[in-house]
Amino acid sequence: MHPEDLGPILLEVNNIEVVYKDIIQVLRGVSLKVPEGQITALLGPNGAGKTTTLRAISGLLVPEDGQVVSGSILYRGENIANKPPEQIVLKGIVQVPEGRRVFKHLTVEENLRVGAVTRRDGAKVREDLERIYHYFPKLALIKTRLAGYCSGGEQQMLAIGRALLANPKLLLLDEPSLGLAPLLVREIFDIVAQINAEEGVTVLVVEQNARVALSVAHYGYIMESGRIALEGTREYLETNPDVKEFYLGVAKSGGRKSYKDVKSYRRRKRFM
Amino acid sequence: MVDFVQNLISGVAVGCIYALAGLGFVLIYKSSRVINFANGQFIAIGAFMAYALAVWVKLPVLLAALLAMLLTAGLGFLVERVFLRRLVGQPIISVIMVTIGLASVLDGLMYLTPFGSGNFTFPQFLPQGGLSLGGVNVSYPQLLAIGFTAIFLVLFSWFFQRSVLGVSMRAVADDQMAAMSVGVSVQQVFALAWAVAGLTAAAAGIVVGAVSGLNQDGLIAIGLAVFPAVILGGLDSVPGAVVGGIIIGVLQSFSTAYLDGLFSQIGLVGGGSQYVMPFVVLLVMLWFKPHGLFGTEEIERV
Repeated sequence: MHPEDLGPILLEVNNIEVVYKDIIQVLRGVSLKVPEGQITALLGPNGAGKTTTLRAISGLLVPEDGQVVSGSILYRGENIANKPPEQIVLKGIVQVPEGRRVFKHLTVEENLRVGAVTRRDGAKVREDLERIYHYFPKLALIKTRLAGYCSGGEQQMLAIGRALLANPKLLLLDEPSLGLAPLLVREIFDIVAQINAEEGVTVLVVEQNARVALSVAHYGYIMESGRIALEGTREYLETNPDVKEFYLGVAKSGGRKSYKDVKSYRRRKRFM
Repeated sequence: MVDFVQNLISGVAVGCIYALAGLGFVLIYKSSRVINFANGQFIAIGAFMAYALAVWVKLPVLLAALLAMLLTAGLGFLVERVFLRRLVGQPIISVIMVTIGLASVLDGLMYLTPFGSGNFTFPQFLPQGGLSLGGVNVSYPQLLAIGFTAIFLVLFSWFFQRSVLGVSMRAVADDQMAAMSVGVSVQQVFALAWAVAGLTAAAAGIVVGAVSGLNQDGLIAIGLAVFPAVILGGLDSVPGAVVGGIIIGVLQSFSTAYLDGLFSQIGLVGGGSQYVMPFVVLLVMLWFKPHGLFGTEEIERV
């Protein structure tokens, strides 16, 4: 099954290469497709290039002195590679940065209002603000608290809510599980799935926690060393023996297995 | 007692000039963490432009003042566009060095004009004298300084707390990358900060002109005198700039009135304690409260 079978392709990344500071090549020809209205997961270990791929899409490579040197990123057929981030946000692609990055010295509500900075439809913004509080009732209780004093889970919810207020068609989530307790991770992914189902927002989520990401995703890609190593539907990935062993922590013989035991083997057997 | 109140009021009026000059300084620091060493030059240029428009072009003084403020805002905008834009993402210290260089260049350019030497007096546009309340006299230029500052304080507070653009500026100060991620144009924010800084600097210069006349070195010195005020108030706080400015102004006024006499008794007859005291306060403040009275402290979750 191909991503096309899940819906029309909203975003198509074609063979992009990304170089930081004119010298450090991080992506070596990454291609992926994001079907509209679906949740797509981009999985893989540390340093595989997942975050860089997201930043290439959202335009946030610029502050890191990186650029797409070849390939194209087509959003509804238009090449958006190397466009400034504010233009990309206006087109409907919004990234939730890794590590939450809330505005610490602003209140929760002010953080959300910054999310709507590109919008001119004030009445609709207020409506959307209420909708965010509906999806994240915890935030409604702490509207006037400084974001820097919120818990990690609240900050992650705030970062997602802030991005949603920019009214995205495509939401890019970078490692939303980072540093959060398992129950909170579950809660946040459930809300993301709910928003995807009810609001029709397409989601591309980068995760190291493959288990929780695949539990809500419709399609997934696995990256290694700056390349896509494997792709397929959730069912395919969840039953693939290599994925099970390396990313879901299940041994071939069934039962769970510690990462320590597979580590040396893992070094030898990569996907490529 | 009357003397005391009189000194207090003239201190507050001078402090309001520092406050006005400090607002633009704080605005730039708040949005981009850049310390603008060319602030004094902006003050001088704004004041001289108002003088030129009023005396040479013979515009009504208030119109000239307004135009000069807008032109200086344009200058701030231009400086950001031409010199600072290409430095986005470079270490802050490089940007600060650029503002120091800019200050020297602007200084030099001003020395080329007739304003380079001598004193200039604004045409009289306020009535003579002032309000007299129980023996205490408040002159109209002093009222102008206080009124201007109050207006700007209210406008700025509203802007930063209520308007989307103002809140976004604070967001940029907090985390540039995150602000970009939701579509805040960091470049627009910086340009706006510099433009408004030019505007308030010109306002400060014009008030100085109305209170005590214009002189290039004197105006540029105000740019330096603003440092103790804004560090006292907190470099990134709008109310801090105003409170800090007023405290420093009052301190200077009291130093002249009371300290100079004391110092001369122990042989320090120079009578310049008003120039020293602000910096004594500055040092003490940096010891005990480096973020200033109202500055934001780093939030760290433990």
